[in-house]
Parts: sequence; C-alpha cells; structure tokens
Amino acid sequence: MSNNLFKPRIERPSLSQVIDAKAPLFLVPVLMLTGLLAIGSGSTWLTLTAAGFAMGMMIFIMASGLTVIFGLMDVINFGHGAFISLGAFAGFTILGLLGSWIENPGITMNLGAVFLAIAFAMLVTGLAGYGFERLIVKPVYGQHLKQILVTMGGLIVTQQLIYVIWGPDEVVLVRPTAFQGSFVVLGAAVEKYRVLAIAIGLALFVAMRLVLNRTRIGLLVRAGVQNGEMVEALGYQLRKLFLTVFMVGCALAGLGGVMWGMYQETITVHMGAGVMISVFIVVIIGGPGSIEGCFIGAMLVGLLTNYTGFLIPKLALVSTILLMGAVLMWRPQGLYPVVKTH
Amino acid sequence: MSDALLSLNGVHTYIGPYHILQGVDLEVPRGGVTVLLGRNGAGKTTTLRTIIGLWQASQGTIRFDGTEIQKETTPAIARRQIAFVPEDIGIFTDLTVHENILLSARSGAIDEARLGWIFGLFPPLRTFWQSTAGNLSGGQKQMLAVARAIIEPRKLILIDEPTKGLAPAIINAMIAALKELKEMQTTILLVEQNFSMARAVGDTVAVMDDGRVVYSGEMAELAVDKKLQERLMGLSLEAHQ
Repeated sequence: MSNNLFKPRIERPSLSQVIDAKAPLFLVPVLMLTGLLAIGSGSTWLTLTAAGFAMGMMIFIMASGLTVIFGLMDVINFGHGAFISLGAFAGFTILGLLGSWIENPGITMNLGAVFLAIAFAMLVTGLAGYGFERLIVKPVYGQHLKQILVTMGGLIVTQQLIYVIWGPDEVVLVRPTAFQGSFVVLGAAVEKYRVLAIAIGLALFVAMRLVLNRTRIGLLVRAGVQNGEMVEALGYQLRKLFLTVFMVGCALAGLGGVMWGMYQETITVHMGAGVMISVFIVVIIGGPGSIEGCFIGAMLVGLLTNYTGFLIPKLALVSTILLMGAVLMWRPQGLYPVVKTH
Repeated sequence: MSDALLSLNGVHTYIGPYHILQGVDLEVPRGGVTVLLGRNGAGKTTTLRTIIGLWQASQGTIRFDGTEIQKETTPAIARRQIAFVPEDIGIFTDLTVHENILLSARSGAIDEARLGWIFGLFPPLRTFWQSTAGNLSGGQKQMLAVARAIIEPRKLILIDEPTKGLAPAIINAMIAALKELKEMQTTILLVEQNFSMARAVGDTVAVMDDGRVVYSGEMAELAVDKKLQERLMGLSLEAHQ
C-alpha cells in the first residue's frame, strides 16, 4: 500500500458555496440597515431595534426548545404553547410570594426574584414535559398526523389544568421595580426590561452553543438530530436522550413563558398558543434542529415586526409570514438545514 | 464451525408487508471473517440490520456469545461489543472526524495508542482530524466509518459493503485494515459484492438467496469451484466484482 494512494484530499467547498453558507449571517445586519434607511430617525430606529432584539430573544427562548425537539425527535409538538403558559403562571406564583423582593428598589433583590421565578417555572414545565412525553408523545413517535392531534389534545388538557389551578381570569404580572420604565441612550428610549430580556436570551444562546458543541450530551444531540438510528447502533439509548431533550425543551418554554409574561405584563392561559405562530415561523425559517438558524430567525422576526409595526402597521401581522415565504423560496429547508442522513 | 460467536437459527424478518428474511440459518465462527454473498435483494443487508436490532426478527433466534439477543434493543446489542458499519456509511456529516470518533468511544475517551494504529491504517483521518466529516471524499468517509467501528476493541464487527463505489487504492486499504483486525482475533461478518475483497479476507462464506442462506462453507472451497459459484449465484465470482 503506497502512501501516495492516501495523498490527502478534501472536497473543498467552492467560493459560491462558502458565500451561500455565510449568507444568513448577513441577514440581520442587512435588515437593520434597511430599517435605518426606511425609518430615517436614528433615535426611533434605535428604540425599535432594541425592542426588536428583545422580542426576538424572547421568541428565541421559546423556539429553541421546540426546534431541538423537532430536529432530534421529529416530533411536531403543538402542545409547546401550553408549557409557555404554564411557565408564566408558575413564575407568577413565585413572583407573588416574593412581593417584597420585586418591590425593593435594589436590582439584586429584583434579579433574585426573577431568577427564582425562572428556576421554578423551568422545574415545573420540565417535570410536566416528562409526563407529556411519557403519556402523549411516546406512543406516537414517527407518526406526524397523530402527533399533531394528540399534542393539540395535550395542549387543551394542560390549559384546562391551568384553569383549575390558577383560575380562568387574566392575571397581571408586575415587573420588578428595577425593570420598570426606560432609560435614554443616544436620544432613544430603551425599556429596562428589554435589556434584561436581551441579556438572558444571549446568555441562553451562548449556553446552548457551549452545551451542544463542548459536551458529550451535546455531541449526542447533534448526532441524533442527524442520524438517530446510527446513534443507537453506537450503543446510546436514543429514547432516554429524547426524554431529556423533551424535558429541557419544555423547561425552555417555561423560561420563555416567564419572560414573555413579564414583557406583556398580563398572562392568560392562551398566551402560549397565541405566540406559537411566531415560534413556528422562527423554527421553520431557521431550519428545524438548528440553534443558530433559530437565533437568526428569531432576530429577523423581532426586528421585522417592530420595523413594519412602525412603518406600515397594517403589514405588521403578515410581515413575518412574508419573511418566512421569502426565506423558504431561497432555502426550502430553512437558513441552516440540519442534514438528515437516514 | 462449532465455536460460533454468532448464530442465527430460522430467522424471519418483515419490513412492512414484505417478508425479507425467510428462515436464515447462519453461523459466524469466532475470530475470523465470514463473508455474506448473494445477489441484490437476497437479504444480506437485512440480515445485518436484524442482528444489530434495527429491524426486529419476527421469528427465530439470534445467539451472540451464548446469549439470545433477538429481543434486545439496538443500544443493548451494540453494548455487547458489536459494531455496525452500514451500507450508507452512517457517519455524522455535520460533526468533525474527531467528534465522530469520540462519539464511538463509549468509554468517553479515545485510546491514543489505538488511534495511532488507526491513523496508520487510514492516514487521511489524521490530516482531516478537525475537518467536518461531510467534506471528506467518499473513500475517506468509508475509512471514518470503519475507524469508528474499531476505535475500541469489539467482539464482532458487522460491515455492509465497505468497498461499494470506492477506488482500488481505498479498497486495498480496507483489505489491509480487515486483515489486521483478523490478526487481532476480531470476528467480522462482512457483506461484500467485490469478490477480490471477499477472497482476500474471507475465511468462511455464506451465500444468500431469496431471504435464506443457501450455501455455507470455507471461502477457499468456493473460490476455486466455478461450477458451485455459477450454481449459487448465476455467475462466477470473478465476474462478480
């Protein structure tokens, strides 16, 4: 065996392939620039951009769990919205118990209250996710139509349980004192809460990337998204991985619920289902299973909603659907399709 | 063939409504290479996938190292130190070469000495250690698939057509790798259409047709008996490569 036979060669991507791969990274800056040119006023643009990023981060938080569930488990979970609502109500319970903490003007106590509410909401929704996966999702793996039907049923049942526990009324969720009001940056008013939402969203994105790229469980998830059968043939129990990912996905929905609830300042049992259209749009734009695609998609949706809401209010509702249509015409599998090899 | 590491007795497998394996009887002796031959659609791939549990046997027994495994899940079977290299290679193309190998090292760490041995067998894997596996050439992907199966010692390796569509140089590398594994007393069940490869590494052979094993014996005997080859496979094995 001559070593010449092994002269290392690799199928290097062409320049056009490299540009095509990097192109989604430029979408957000291009949209921001287009927004600046269309809006004209720098301070108004900055306010809308901050609002767009905050909204995008919250949608990312809610969509990140769904996209991993979708990508890894091939499960279309229409019940995801119920976990958003459940998380918001669980967080509301903790914030209610910590009234003195959220009324305290000190940011430490406020942050403590928010993080305790988030931790409790994630715990509750993660455990609820365990029951949901075992009872509702597990029997219908690989059966998309049945998944839609049973997860819709699960959504209704979970909503009714929320009614039973917290009652049918709309609930006001008061933001902690330090996150009420806004401050002025370069002549633009930026809500304090939005800065918190952006910080938590960014922290989650970084954490998810670290877990997926630097840990063994992340490696398994990435491999499982691509070829679950081969992961099993290597000796790993994919069903246990499915369950773990499903619970984490539901916990992230709970986190998103708390953040979205404090953003809206009122919570209802239907709030999760209401935001699911945006969440699904983000998952589809990003490419199911892709965290990077989900993040870019969420930023695009957040920014576009705010820009069009200011420029052409009547178009705001459909702008994200038009965006999804445009992205799918360009990349039918989403911005960063996860290549399935089986 | 008394010291069989793996034996299949009357194994039937359905894929949907199709009755693919119709009573497979097969013995794989310990420490050698058994080649599974047969025309397309004979049931060779289904046999491997049934052994590893990706498809369930509806009837019959699969005994590995003294234990019946036909009702076990794929991960449980794999954890009995059985590795599987599928026909479609099955590497994770979005992961790097390093990550693919790391995932296959179930102990959680890669044995550096064994990795050095693998690099000796397949030098491109060292060169492209941090490259995305999807960017490798077809031959390099196949090397990675085999490397993944042997990164830790395994009792049995199931390999499905490792030379399919590969250049002769890569096929020679595969033959060398399998011969080294044989010297290390690793048992291999190899599905192969390339007779040069089959003859070079095979100790025993089983020929399948219509979901059954219709012949089993020593490779050396089949390799020289053209009439038997033509009776079993419709053509001589020299033409079957």
